[in-house]
Amino acid sequence: MAPVLETKGLVKEFGGITATNDVSLTVQKGARHALIGPNGAGKTTIINLLTGVLRPTTGTILLEGRDITSLDPHKRVQLGIARTFQINQLFNDMTPLETIGLAVSERLELGGQWWRLVGSKSVVIEESVEILDRFHLADVMDHRTGDLPYGKQRLLEIALAIACKPNVLLLDEPAAGVPEAERHDILDAVAALPKDVTVMLIEHDMDIVFSFADRISVLVNGGLFVEGPPDEVARDPRVKAVYLGEEVVHG
Amino acid sequence: MSMDKPIVAQARGYLLSRARWSPFEIIFWIVAFASIFFLQSKHLILTEIAILGLFALSLDLILGYAGIVSLGHAAFFGFGAYVAGLLAKHGIIKEPVLAMLASGVAAMALGFVTSFLVLRGSDLTRLMVTLGVALVLREIANRLDITGGADGLQGIVMEPVLGHFAFDIFGKTAYVYSLVTLFILFLVARRIVNSPFGLSLRSVKGNPLRASAIGINVNIRLVAVYTIAAGYAGIAGALLTQATQFASLSVFDFERSADVMLILIIGGTGYLYGGLIGSVLFKLVQDYLANVNPQYWQFWLGLVLVMMIMFGRVYGAVMATIIYVACLALKLSFMQSIIITIIAVAVLGLMRPQILQITSRITERAKAALDGVKAKFRRSA
Repeated sequence: MAPVLETKGLVKEFGGITATNDVSLTVQKGARHALIGPNGAGKTTIINLLTGVLRPTTGTILLEGRDITSLDPHKRVQLGIARTFQINQLFNDMTPLETIGLAVSERLELGGQWWRLVGSKSVVIEESVEILDRFHLADVMDHRTGDLPYGKQRLLEIALAIACKPNVLLLDEPAAGVPEAERHDILDAVAALPKDVTVMLIEHDMDIVFSFADRISVLVNGGLFVEGPPDEVARDPRVKAVYLGEEVVHG
Repeated sequence: MSMDKPIVAQARGYLLSRARWSPFEIIFWIVAFASIFFLQSKHLILTEIAILGLFALSLDLILGYAGIVSLGHAAFFGFGAYVAGLLAKHGIIKEPVLAMLASGVAAMALGFVTSFLVLRGSDLTRLMVTLGVALVLREIANRLDITGGADGLQGIVMEPVLGHFAFDIFGKTAYVYSLVTLFILFLVARRIVNSPFGLSLRSVKGNPLRASAIGINVNIRLVAVYTIAAGYAGIAGALLTQATQFASLSVFDFERSADVMLILIIGGTGYLYGGLIGSVLFKLVQDYLANVNPQYWQFWLGLVLVMMIMFGRVYGAVMATIIYVACLALKLSFMQSIIITIIAVAVLGLMRPQILQITSRITERAKAALDGVKAKFRRSA
């Protein structure tokens, strides 16, 4: 099977610091791929490189074989890469209904229309309501997003990425800060994604990682340290050493 | 439509409710058009208000809906004013409505070109860039022979509007013409902000990072709204030239850009009426104070602004008025007024937390009372 997402020798330097160091990743179509590593390992930087928020110092990014290294973020979304943010990035003054409706109408290329009223296209409303319902947001769809409880905002954060109908979904710590009781809502939503959607997950909670991923990459100091199936990574003594906070001993 | 699930119908209702006309809006426009017949002696200042309102509406489109700050919005106002003047003076387009539209298109072209300067950078860089553009244009108008230099464009003679309505010395034609233009452009702006494009602007203003992460080309949306707003400002400038049959360098003045920003902040951004209400208040207060207190009126205007920032729009305006009326009633000299006012502002400033508690309680009571009245009204209806 051809890889859906591929990076070749990805390097990102900020001044003298190398945040991403020669990362070559291959993600297969439909994979559930987890990216783990200690704080400051450069996980979010990789997401920012993949989505175009940052440009790599050197290296290339391929989406289904096409070089997207120099494409703007919005173009990558149109090609099917969507992401969530570790810290909520929402439109606080809009309602969840407007937020999801916006993403749906942008995807259907209706977003530039200025002569038509919001709420006049049934396809957009029906799909938005379906997504809101799926993420338990239908009862608050007309509330101001900034006033919603954190758990609901977190669900909206993920629903908004799903509304872009991605082929590749990048989840940056989706359950971060969510109370235990509400976590299953988010995890269920992620688990219910269609099988052909490729998901890359950044997560600190190892229970979530091992119940979700079929492949794990471990990042340390910006570089790819270990990659493999979950059981292999779990057994790897070097990974244990990193997570126990010991210095990496090169053998 | 009848096949809709209840929740879909409910969602459609929520979305469409934003664009529904409220009683306040209907009353606002009835009063505006009634002024054509009932305030005939005030048509000159009303024309100024309508033109200023259109200019402020233009700034609201970029500031209130897209979050672009500008201290040089007079660039487009002035450009439209000079284009309209030149078109009339040289008889290129004689009919005023067509000339006004042409001036708007010219300002849009200028807006499109300069919009690329405001795409990048912080609010501060945007303030500097917009200010710079207006200064450059002012200097060009000052140096060129065709624009008349420091003397301005003189000898403009306007043909009748649509070939029928000649500009009269009482300013009735000019007022009706300006008000109708304002109303039509307001309707268009109202449509724009309630469209998917308008929604995307709000998202760009709220969080440009996320807007681009859901596939929105942030830059193109900003260029589009900046261009539209420039057209609005240009038409406002053209109206001023046509109504006064004169265009001077003052159309590019920094004060004009600063005033329109003040007006929008007084009236409130992001709901289209802020600029209109702000213009009415600003012009009336300016006109009244300048008559009563010709030398020092800006002192009192400054007091109103400071109080509004400290205690909110309504309470701040009320407190400033009380201080002003007190000084007037006590027949204080200007120096005495200044001293009393500064002491009053300092005391009020120190007591700000306590005062804010009281005002928020009053607001809650007023809201509850209003809800009660509404409920009663609904029951009886």
